[in-house]
Amino acid sequence: MDVTWYLVVSAAVFSIGMAGVLIRRNPLVILLCIELMLNAANLALIAFSRAHGNQEGQIFALIVMVVAACEVAVGLGLIVAIFRRKLPVDVDELRGLQG
Amino acid sequence: MAEVVFIFASIGVIAGAIGTIALRNPFYSVLALVSHLLALAALFLLLRAEFLAAAQVVVYAGAVMVLYVFVVAYIGGDKAALAAPAGGRLKVISALFATVLLVELCIAMVGSGLTVLGTQGTGFFPAFGTPEEIGRLLLTKFLLAFEVTSMLLLIAAVGAVVLARRRAGLEVPGHLSVGELVRGEFDHVNLPGRPGAELDKGTASGARLETQAENAGLPRG
Repeated sequence: MDVTWYLVVSAAVFSIGMAGVLIRRNPLVILLCIELMLNAANLALIAFSRAHGNQEGQIFALIVMVVAACEVAVGLGLIVAIFRRKLPVDVDELRGLQG
Repeated sequence: MAEVVFIFASIGVIAGAIGTIALRNPFYSVLALVSHLLALAALFLLLRAEFLAAAQVVVYAGAVMVLYVFVVAYIGGDKAALAAPAGGRLKVISALFATVLLVELCIAMVGSGLTVLGTQGTGFFPAFGTPEEIGRLLLTKFLLAFEVTSMLLLIAAVGAVVLARRRAGLEVPGHLSVGELVRGEFDHVNLPGRPGAELDKGTASGARLETQAENAGLPRG
């Protein structure tokens, strides 16, 4: 298959993830949508890596996966902290940063 | 053959992504994301990224998604807050923005004039994307990125534990500001309520502890 088709799939997944961040109000689902966007970037990186016959794009994608895992750990920790303090788990309600 | 696999895998990828944002229950969203990740691993295999496909399935669809499922199960009791519907106008505007972004990305990529577009890609050697090659690159050319990544993982693990640990006596919302959380000044708030402080009450050290707690509590007002 042409590299172009992989890039189109990547763009579609990225757009869907961005729409999810805009539509959903649950921070958990927003984290899932950020995962979608990171995966779309990974797909584009690996497609270009294959197109150029160069493995450095795959290393880049691997590092992106590690960073995404870190983001998940911290984000889920934040959500658990929000829930423990009996604050609403809803980004529309959580507007103030001053606690 | 590759075309058939690509079509099915990309349908799975896009359907999983849509399911993630469209399903009302967060638990089903996580399951849709798992199917999305599995289909994406098939695309990675088509692009000769064997090690990344395996890592995707094991690390993402395995470990990270289990973490998500645990958190969904933990906070899942609050159905009213979780299932709050978004406004209809917001949905329409968001879908419009997403469509515009998709068109723009496609124009930007297809119209970029890159010579690799429209081809199957250049040739590759037989060991392309195998664990040996990825490991060799990680430990030679990209050693600095590898080490920095390990540091980042350590920081994230410590940060997650600090953020999510149990703090007794903080039931009242708005009791602890973000600044105090960042500076780590939340210990004085619940010191008398802790089991250790209860045991020490009455002794000299316990009195000293409580005085310290009061002193620390003064600047907060």
